[in-house]
Amino acid sequence: MAEALLIIDNVSKSFGGLLAVDNVSFNVQLGRITALIGPNGAGKTTLFSIISGFLPPDAGRIVFDGMDLTAEPPHQRARRGIARTFQIVQPFAGLTVRENIAVGSHLSRRSRSEALAAAGNVAQSVGLGAQLEVPAVTLTVAGSKRLELARALAIEPRLLLLDEVLAGLNPSEVRDMVPVIRALASSGMTILMTEHVMQAVMSLADRAFVLAEGRVIAHGTPQQVAADRQVVEAYLGQGAAKRMTAEVGHA
Amino acid sequence: MLSPVILVPAVLNGLMTGAVYALVALGLTLIYGVLHIINFAHGAMLTAAMFAAFFAYALLGLDPYLAAVLLTPLFFLIGYALQRFVIGPAAHGEDRNFLLVTLGLAVVIENALLYFFHADTRTINVPYAFDVIAIGPAFVAVPRVVALGVVIAVAAALWTIMQWSDTGKAIRAVAKEKLGAELCGVDVAHVYAVTFGLGTACVAVAACLLIPTYYVNPTAGEAFVLIAFTIVVLGGMGSIAGAVIGGLFVGVVESLSSIFLGQSLGQIGIFVMFIVMLLIRPNGLFGARA
Amino acid sequence: MKAYLPIAFAVALLAIVPFFTTSNVVLNFLVMALLIALAGQGWNLLGGYGGQYSFGHAAFFGTAAYATAILQTRYGVNAWLGLLAGVTAGALVGAVIGTLTFRSGLKGAYFSLVTLAFAEVLRIIASVAPITGAGVGTLIRLDLRPEAFQFQSRVPFYWIAVALVGLSLVVVRAIENSRFGAYLVAVRENEDAASALGIDAFAVKLGAMTISAAITAAAGCFYAQYFLFIDAAIAYGPWISIDALLAPIVGGAGTLFGSLLGALVIKTIGETTKFVTGDAPGLDLVIYGLLLVGVVGLAPRGIAGLLATTIGRLFGAAAPPEPKHG
Repeated sequence: MAEALLIIDNVSKSFGGLLAVDNVSFNVQLGRITALIGPNGAGKTTLFSIISGFLPPDAGRIVFDGMDLTAEPPHQRARRGIARTFQIVQPFAGLTVRENIAVGSHLSRRSRSEALAAAGNVAQSVGLGAQLEVPAVTLTVAGSKRLELARALAIEPRLLLLDEVLAGLNPSEVRDMVPVIRALASSGMTILMTEHVMQAVMSLADRAFVLAEGRVIAHGTPQQVAADRQVVEAYLGQGAAKRMTAEVGHA
Repeated sequence: MLSPVILVPAVLNGLMTGAVYALVALGLTLIYGVLHIINFAHGAMLTAAMFAAFFAYALLGLDPYLAAVLLTPLFFLIGYALQRFVIGPAAHGEDRNFLLVTLGLAVVIENALLYFFHADTRTINVPYAFDVIAIGPAFVAVPRVVALGVVIAVAAALWTIMQWSDTGKAIRAVAKEKLGAELCGVDVAHVYAVTFGLGTACVAVAACLLIPTYYVNPTAGEAFVLIAFTIVVLGGMGSIAGAVIGGLFVGVVESLSSIFLGQSLGQIGIFVMFIVMLLIRPNGLFGARA
Repeated sequence: MKAYLPIAFAVALLAIVPFFTTSNVVLNFLVMALLIALAGQGWNLLGGYGGQYSFGHAAFFGTAAYATAILQTRYGVNAWLGLLAGVTAGALVGAVIGTLTFRSGLKGAYFSLVTLAFAEVLRIIASVAPITGAGVGTLIRLDLRPEAFQFQSRVPFYWIAVALVGLSLVVVRAIENSRFGAYLVAVRENEDAASALGIDAFAVKLGAMTISAAITAAAGCFYAQYFLFIDAAIAYGPWISIDALLAPIVGGAGTLFGSLLGALVIKTIGETTKFVTGDAPGLDLVIYGLLLVGVVGLAPRGIAGLLATTIGRLFGAAAPPEPKHG
């Protein structure tokens, strides 16, 4: 079994009276793609913010490569090798695509010219090579998503957190993006992705964890998880699993 | 130093001064609560209103309390027009631009007053300016008692408007959720302008309350600006109750620290409190998220 | 090296002016404009590049001016050392204010308010403290020797002003082309996204504030030497806080030459106003206020922005997107 690069250990978080994350524990294995799925409001984004350091947990630990990172601020985690994309794309306005990515490349490079050059290479790897000198704000949604990815990759992370990186893309754009992510995994990158687009999860993830109402209700391969009765009910409502098997029975 | 004979009047005077501070702060917090901008021109508007009240008395013989009836709607309209036709359009909806535009307006108003009326300090003499009534061991000036009463009345009136009137509901809707309000048919630009007008009307009332006992010159309002900001931050951005309570509190603090530290350092006391509040708790004691 | 050519050109152009005119009026005008340009360049780094709008840059200007004046008049320190001490003092004040405000996470309007408050506190203290001469102010003794940073003719002062402005241009250009500069712009545009890329936003903002304060402080020291008199209203007054922000905004915040361009423009407008309407107090500031409102409303990217758009249109290119300053 592959070792765990990231361990979420008994993490909880409340907002006022609402328990958004309830004693959640799971691992992200080195070199694999792990998916975090679940209906809206399940607590996925909250969990992501906690893992990337933008929100402190009320309880629990985040352990990365054997180190307890729970108290570290986001920029510190980035320097350790955790990169994240944002669900709502946030390019640096006024800068070109290359300059945007260069901000990330600068993490390990002081020189401006080196960072700009490295940014070019990263852009190529996600398919933005033709738009390097274009103002970042003029990119399409699909282009912006690639820019988010490129910027995160530019800091040369070991763990990549993808926050609904396929949201807002039409089916053909999703089909174009999936190979890019798969290529990253093949080159050894560890990825934790939250996602709503099920076809992508099915084809990309090695393992999936399902979050509903702040708790992990199922885990396994994507196929196992999709067949799990509790998961179906979490998405489609109580009794749905029974109805579906009944329908299948009739067919 | 600490005997009641000195402390009680100091506290009472602090409350009265604080009442006027509260009214100025009320206007500011209203504008912030709805438009989410800090109106740097507030102090300049106060100065302009004080000049208006001064000239109403000097040229028209209008008693300040009567002038208030005239000046309040006038300044409401001025505030409305400024927001609707100058500030709103110039700022293009960006917070940073609002800062600059209101700062620019403040500079224009104050220096226009300086240019036209020069730096001379002027006062008016109303017959009741020095009348006093006795409260406990203290003798308090009548205009200041009137000020306290008026401020409480205005605060209550504003609160009633906000709670019960259609305009008030529209204002609260825009403050909470601008886009939603727009989708419900609320004219946001109009609401913004009305709010700004109300805030400016508050300083008009404050000016009329001040003029019987206070002087007027082009920088008179300036002294109130940062105090008003302190109160707004202390009491919470957007909170009417916070502005009133905060204002009274600051008035008392200023009065007491003037006794112990002298006038200028008393002012520093306020600024220091302001800075400390911003650093520790910018949401204030009563305020919504900043 | 190529990047510094425009600066060399501008400096050279400014430096040869005294060979074409000996008019004190012109030189005085230019010295004041350069002084504002220098103070404004400090503001520009923090506000234009960094996106943090300070309304109290007088705090650094005044501290430096008083530092050098007090050191000279009360402790007999050499004026050039005074310049060094003043810049250091100003930078220190910047670092302190920056640490306090950025540690607390203050941004936007709150940041502007707090900087305004700090400047006011210093002004009040300076107007009553014995060491600054309180209400009377501080007078630097006339001592027309280069060693004492005082000169008979205005020309050496002018050249020093040009040199200081040139230096500030070099510093900002160097930052523009450095990692720090890239980080500064990233933090301005989106602090969260910047943090996620490993940028310590607090450190970046603090660094910008300190350097910004040092540059404006240099202007303060120069003022003290040129006019030989300062008091609380001059050193810490709103006039310098406003001029320091108006110049770069008019010229183009976040651009290298914005402050210099803007300073020349606003000084020209100010002097013209005085000329046309007589030396009435207040009118020039009225014009400045209107200018501020006008520029923000009609030309938010300042003169530099207008030039860029016009040149772009002449050559048929689309106007570059407006940088987000939200």
